[in-house]
Amino acid sequence: MNRYILRRLVQALPLLLGISIASFALMKAIPGGPLAAYEAAPDFSDADLRRLEHTLGLDQPLPIQYLNWLGKFVAGDWGYSFVSHQPVLVLIGERLPNTIYLMGTVFITVLVLSIPIGVFTAVKQYSWFDHIVTGSTYAFLSTPTFWLGLLLIIFFGLQLRWLPLGGMTTPGASPDLVDRLRHLILPVATIAIVQLGSHVRYLRSSMLETIHQDYMRTARSKGLGERIIVMRHALKNASIPLVTVIALDIPELFAGAIVTEQIYGWPGMGRLFFDAATRLDYPILMGILAVTSTLIVASNLFADVVYGYLDPRIRYS
Amino acid sequence: MAQSAIAVPVVVAPASAQRSQWAMSFERFRQHRPAVGAVIVLGTLAVLAAGAPIVSPYDPTRVTLSLINEPPSLAHPFGTDALGRDLATRILYGGRVSLSVGLLAVAVAVTVGTLVGTTAGFYGRWVDSVLMRFVDMMYSFPRLFLLILFGVFFRGMTLPVIVTVLGLLSWMTTSRLVRAQFLSLKQREFVEAARCVGARDRRIIFRHILPNSLAPIIVAATLGIAGAIIAESTLSFLGLGIQPPTPSWGNMLKDAPTEMNNAPWVAIYPGLFIFLAVVSINFIGDGLRDALDPRHVITRR
Repeated sequence: MNRYILRRLVQALPLLLGISIASFALMKAIPGGPLAAYEAAPDFSDADLRRLEHTLGLDQPLPIQYLNWLGKFVAGDWGYSFVSHQPVLVLIGERLPNTIYLMGTVFITVLVLSIPIGVFTAVKQYSWFDHIVTGSTYAFLSTPTFWLGLLLIIFFGLQLRWLPLGGMTTPGASPDLVDRLRHLILPVATIAIVQLGSHVRYLRSSMLETIHQDYMRTARSKGLGERIIVMRHALKNASIPLVTVIALDIPELFAGAIVTEQIYGWPGMGRLFFDAATRLDYPILMGILAVTSTLIVASNLFADVVYGYLDPRIRYS
Repeated sequence: MAQSAIAVPVVVAPASAQRSQWAMSFERFRQHRPAVGAVIVLGTLAVLAAGAPIVSPYDPTRVTLSLINEPPSLAHPFGTDALGRDLATRILYGGRVSLSVGLLAVAVAVTVGTLVGTTAGFYGRWVDSVLMRFVDMMYSFPRLFLLILFGVFFRGMTLPVIVTVLGLLSWMTTSRLVRAQFLSLKQREFVEAARCVGARDRRIIFRHILPNSLAPIIVAATLGIAGAIIAESTLSFLGLGIQPPTPSWGNMLKDAPTEMNNAPWVAIYPGLFIFLAVVSINFIGDGLRDALDPRHVITRR
């Protein structure tokens, strides 16, 4: 098992390296850049520009520039924002917890809701509950996140006035737990509902497949109770593929974060990325791309390891 | 003729066996009620969008200051927006953009994905490793992040640009699927047999393996259209996709956050049509999956 994890870790390294090269190339291809602000300045001569280029190392060949950047990046020097001149690591450090707070709540909500719903619809296949759930999952996973966000704001924020329209806390007021929770409900619902659709659907079909396996009949003929059969024998096996689905959904979670944070004015990484993109603030973009893709690679790795643990048959394949 | 009224079992000659398999699939698809309903809904939507100038008496871009944010009425079934434009008309014209982006982007994605998947799956070895590591890398960036970067790069997108960019960021699923098909099919006897009678690589790929991989490609492509429509509308909503005054279902919602207090219909109806199109496409994708892969029916209702 340890060797399997180690091998997967070693395999992830070239992937991360490739990702860093790709992001570096992407940033180099986009116009603007660190000198754009000076090029237009009238009191800045061509010679000044060359000198600045030299001090920033921008006159060196691209592979050298990349290695320089990579060296600094690994050492924790992620550069400074072109706009606010704050260190990128500090800026991301401020925003990342807010995104993780939002995403973590979504993740737990979806997991807590999807497992019982998925199991119940499969066990009671063709019941009215199953029909309602199957119908809603279709609707849920066909809803664009940003539109759902707008609808929830219109209905719960503007019409009913039950919940705040955005932000993480009420400005001015001292943020207590209730206030934080009230601000959390709509953004979490927006992402969770769409994700719930795909997870319930997946778990349902995976449960249905498992329920018709031979060992289920064996368990039943041994005289085991229905609850133990469903929870221990069926759910355990049916949830193995769900691990992969959840890992594959992590990029979706980040995409959802951009839209949701934009709509609800949530000060997270998605909004930082969007604002940085519209201002061509490269160091921030590079930093966020690096953080998200590393998190995605790590979560895939984690899913592989968990999968290998849950299903020993694939461990060394 | 008398027998035309009753179902007569048709004896199929072995020569047309291939066509009868498609006919059987079509028959199975017709029995999938939600999918058939979805085809009708989507077809109607497409026809209305294509015939927008005939269907609607209004101009989708002309500003009418006397009609700002009118609530839905008989003359304007979905109301008007902040510039006094008829929302229903703009939804029809926007449907042209959104539906074609979905269709065309997937065409690009399926072409690229099939090429990559075929190369990787058929030639295997290091070609396969290199291509699949590249796919892994592409999967490690959230698609919306890259779409935003390209949107900034092009300062908003025109239809050909968004189709190309979206297509080039969405081919990975198809490539993995095609590769898997090639890996399993190239070991099979019929491929062996083709090789024995001296068929060249190109013939084996295009005449033997690809036609047998068509079913999963079609299903993935259909579901891909739904994803592409959502991606386009999200990007346009963020202001980096199709630029106004050309309407798309996404950019019509761009100003909704500031308007939705006094004109909620501006935020509701364009999104409703994205939803309608995407739900229909997902139903059709499901119907196609059941129709093209009979084994799949067992686990579904």
